[in-house]
Amino acid sequence: MRLFFSLLSIVTLTQFLWLQQNKPLKESIARGNEIYNDFCVQCHLENGEGVAGIFPPLSNSDYLMNNIRESIYGLKYGMEGPIKVNGELYDGIMVSQGLDNDEIADVMNYILNSWGNSYNDQLITSSLVNEIEK
Amino acid sequence: MLKNNLILFLILILTYIPSCSSQENPPLVKTPEKKEYTYEVIIDGINIPWGFCFISNNKILVTEKSGKLFFVEDSIKEEILGLPEVYVRGQGGLLDVAIHPDFKINNLIYFTLSTNIEDDIGGNTALYQAKLIDKRLEDLKLLYKAVPNTKKAQHFGSRIVFDKKGHVFFTIGDRGNRDLNPQDLTKDGGKVYRLNLDGSIPTDNPFFSEKSGTKKAIFSYGHRNPQGMIIHPESDRIWLHEHGPRGGDEINIVEYGKNYGWPKITYGVNYSGTTITKNTSLPGLEQPLYYWVPSIAPSGMAFSTSDVYKNWKGNLFIGSLKYRYLERLVIKNKKVIEREKILENVGRVRDVREGPDGYLYIAVEGKGILKIVQKK
Repeated sequence: MRLFFSLLSIVTLTQFLWLQQNKPLKESIARGNEIYNDFCVQCHLENGEGVAGIFPPLSNSDYLMNNIRESIYGLKYGMEGPIKVNGELYDGIMVSQGLDNDEIADVMNYILNSWGNSYNDQLITSSLVNEIEK
Repeated sequence: MLKNNLILFLILILTYIPSCSSQENPPLVKTPEKKEYTYEVIIDGINIPWGFCFISNNKILVTEKSGKLFFVEDSIKEEILGLPEVYVRGQGGLLDVAIHPDFKINNLIYFTLSTNIEDDIGGNTALYQAKLIDKRLEDLKLLYKAVPNTKKAQHFGSRIVFDKKGHVFFTIGDRGNRDLNPQDLTKDGGKVYRLNLDGSIPTDNPFFSEKSGTKKAIFSYGHRNPQGMIIHPESDRIWLHEHGPRGGDEINIVEYGKNYGWPKITYGVNYSGTTITKNTSLPGLEQPLYYWVPSIAPSGMAFSTSDVYKNWKGNLFIGSLKYRYLERLVIKNKKVIEREKILENVGRVRDVREGPDGYLYIAVEGKGILKIVQKK
């Protein structure tokens, strides 16, 4: 019985800690969702599907998942093609949207955790965005 | 057997009819079989050329959205110094530029940009006037500043035109707040504004004598985001187009004090596909001359008035940001009867002008200013 309660408390505690850890991520994702609808949705579309050959997809995008820092750089300073995403060539321009570092972190967290994307509960922080310099 | 066929036929018809409504609003845009036109790059090295205007055939002013204004002479560009601070965020930045009708005498130019002069958070659209002297701006004068500032990314407008009666007109979009701004005459955004050339407000403006708090500079309202405006070369009336939501971009002829309906009526839906309103018309609200479904994301607008192209005289030319071509529209009795893609896949077309030489010029993202010429 005693063992059961200690096990239960351990489980509860880890759950609690897990939730606490993820609280910043969840809040950041919610803020990022708003930024996304404001700044990104017109080109990358509602489900991050993009437009083949013109606006690269953000959902299930090999380029994005393999180039997190480059993607943050792109949000911060703008980026210019050509890049290859899921085997398709994209030779466009995305200009800097004038987002603050915390907004870039939020929208990255939203994108990395939406439409089937997963970043293993890792949080992009504004200090990470701050570190990435021109 | 015959009966069965008839039922099949009816089913086919019935399934076809409802699907029509979500399809392209006629006339359908055509792709010419023979590509008769190509372009020459007149100005390059500008990432987002947002607006441009001709001083003379070889002297052009060009804005770059990121906040630079260029003076270009014979394709050599020099940055003009002395711009006010530009608030670059989302769709905001340095927008349109135009020369005073008497520029040759007074060297005055007008430009629109998003800015923050109040030292709070966010930005909104402003119209400035300045004297262009030796590639510097002097006597900088703020003629209008929309308030309040907001961090919203969308819908700053903006285009500038002049009539022949001493007025300057400019547009400001709804600034991402469609429920508050476009239908409220005490709020900025979603409007066409009219000022005297010196920036004062004409006392005969439509809402000049309305209750206090009314924005007296408003000329028309109920617009979403107008990024194309031109004075018709013959009728002298103001032609404007505006971005719709998903579907429902519009061409409107702008008239004194009228309400163009956004968001009470629209032919579009939300980006997510949900309904904004079921109304496409209501009493007292103006109908567009034409609406695009699907949206082409129109930007820039010019009439061809010359004979340098065959059969284009009197046609309207509008850039498409979304589909990356220039659209040619043939208009008869205020009705669009033909649409055609010119320079398919050229890139995101931001602005369209007719040069003093009668050729059409377009500003294309990533490419610069291009002159449209007949293929040899």
